[in-house]
Amino acid sequence: MDSKSLALQVRMKVLEMVHHANASHVGGAFSMADILAVLYNEVLTIDPQHPGDPHRDRFFLSKGHACSALYATLGLQGFFPLEQLDTYAMDGSMFLSHTSHKIPGVEISSGSLGHVLSIATGVAFAAKLKKTTFKVVCLVSDGELNEGSNWEPIMLAPQHKLDNLVLIIDYNKIQSLGFVKDVIDLEPLRAKFESFRWEVVEIDGHNHEEITDTVTTVSNNKNGIPKVIIAHTIKGKGVDYMENTILWHYRSPNIDLYNNALKQLGTT
Amino acid sequence: MKKYTFTDKKDTRSGFGAGIAELGRSNPKVIALCADLVASLKLDTFIKENPERFIQVGIAEANMIGVSAGLALSGYIPYATTFANFGSGRVYDQIRQSVAYSGTNVKICVSHAGLTLGEDGATHQILEDLAMMRAMPEMTVINPCDYNQTKAATIAIADYNGPVYLRFGRPVMPIFTADDQKFEIGKAWTVNEGKDVSIFATGHLVWEAILAGEILEQEGIDAEIINIHTIKPLDNEAILKSASKTRCVVTAEEHQLNGGLGDAVCQLLSRNMPTPVEMIGVNNSFGESGTPAQLMEKYGLNAKSIVESVRKVIARK
Ligand SMILES: Cc1ncc(C[n+]2csc(CCOP(=O)(O)OP(=O)(O)O)c2C)c(N)n1
Ligand SMILES: [Mg+2]
Repeated sequence: MDSKSLALQVRMKVLEMVHHANASHVGGAFSMADILAVLYNEVLTIDPQHPGDPHRDRFFLSKGHACSALYATLGLQGFFPLEQLDTYAMDGSMFLSHTSHKIPGVEISSGSLGHVLSIATGVAFAAKLKKTTFKVVCLVSDGELNEGSNWEPIMLAPQHKLDNLVLIIDYNKIQSLGFVKDVIDLEPLRAKFESFRWEVVEIDGHNHEEITDTVTTVSNNKNGIPKVIIAHTIKGKGVDYMENTILWHYRSPNIDLYNNALKQLGTT
Repeated sequence: MKKYTFTDKKDTRSGFGAGIAELGRSNPKVIALCADLVASLKLDTFIKENPERFIQVGIAEANMIGVSAGLALSGYIPYATTFANFGSGRVYDQIRQSVAYSGTNVKICVSHAGLTLGEDGATHQILEDLAMMRAMPEMTVINPCDYNQTKAATIAIADYNGPVYLRFGRPVMPIFTADDQKFEIGKAWTVNEGKDVSIFATGHLVWEAILAGEILEQEGIDAEIINIHTIKPLDNEAILKSASKTRCVVTAEEHQLNGGLGDAVCQLLSRNMPTPVEMIGVNNSFGESGTPAQLMEKYGLNAKSIVESVRKVIARK
């Protein structure tokens, strides 16, 4: 499967999961679906049969509310039987509606925003100390950058020259109940990171070639500087009535909207 | 009453510093982190001997907990250090999600707990941390009583795989426990065997309980004194055994009455063996500035108030 087919399958699976469970956060799952598909298909080396292999590349999802897309990606890549996702967000399921570390392939629990970049920073530091060369990639959302706790590791990583740390920002311009620019405008975002001594690359977060090339290039560049990829994305990407709408941060599709969305995805 | 004498006085935080210095030499997996309080946490020796295994995170406690979780995921044993206030309440959510729930092997080691940090006053005098940490699933909570015990606990927790909250303090206190002791998590230490009342004490209040025991002896009261250094998991067996013998209990801690050692003991007793209990602790108020001795007197956390509580609880038998 190429990454584009994987991304499509991820979106279809997420749609099914959130419809079935009447769950939220489909918009944020769709905005990062292409990034996840590319990471797991093209960039990261993680053996689904051995998700605990100490040499594996590490992926950390900080925006834990959008875990449906991570679960779907892992399921489709064979980390666990795909049909287990039928229990997503159901009573007694291990597939909680916020990321759980109990799932094969998931590095850490998340859900409370603004925690995971610190953890990825710790892992990047440990990797240097042990002289191991795996990639450390952390994905955060844009609204999440409101949390001051993110800016603590953003200060710390350059101090320790953690060039093995790659931060990806899912810049979909919307947070829970408003546009990012109306809540707390992050701009100028590139300049913020540059002034914090990070190397910054901006990309289209739905262009698979661009994602592959950028993540590969920056993570191979051992220049003593941590890397941030500002991925410009569209919240709800792939379904017209969800795209760029605040409503689809929380809303779950009813049966008609579900069928409509499936049809749209199927014809792209 | 067994005699306890001391030749030296030191702060428990120095016991931590000595313990982590020893770990620095014996355990290559130990990494120390600190949020800009290196001297207060007595980390100088560890840092001097192991500069590559120390991370100065700056005044950024939330980040320190997360970075520690990342180090633990990578097989290291991080000791995250700061003041008790900033290592508990300020980062509760970080500890909850990234350490306790995620099961990362992080040791949160905090100094300046309680009233006895003295002059810094109410903002720093955390008296709720044991309650917070006790309520957290998967967390082990330890509050040692003197320099030697703190040192031993610091070393022992490296061999335990799981999150730990280790709480110690600033004032110099008599050193009365053995310097070659083996610290066992969750195993209470019987300071003195007695038959009339059980005094369960933790942290700085253990020495006060010994002083109280000496006063009580002169009144013909034979007090059993037990050091509960591990608040969680509680040594249920030791507590029930002692209470079944003495039939009355006094608890003593440098903490709020709500949610600390006293509450834990009451919970255990009321479910298994309802027994009269008097509790020594801070009664639903914040602290204030003062010398440690003045504050302990004012808030009723000393030998004198333990003696009064013993008289009261014996009358309730
Ligand atoms: C600490 C914390 N505060 C609040 C929330 C509730 N919450 C869940 S999602 C969300 C908005 C997220 O927006 P953004 O970070 O932009 O994510 P995305 O657009 O990628 O979904 C909020 C406020 C939370 N999960 N964690
Ligand atoms: Mg957003």
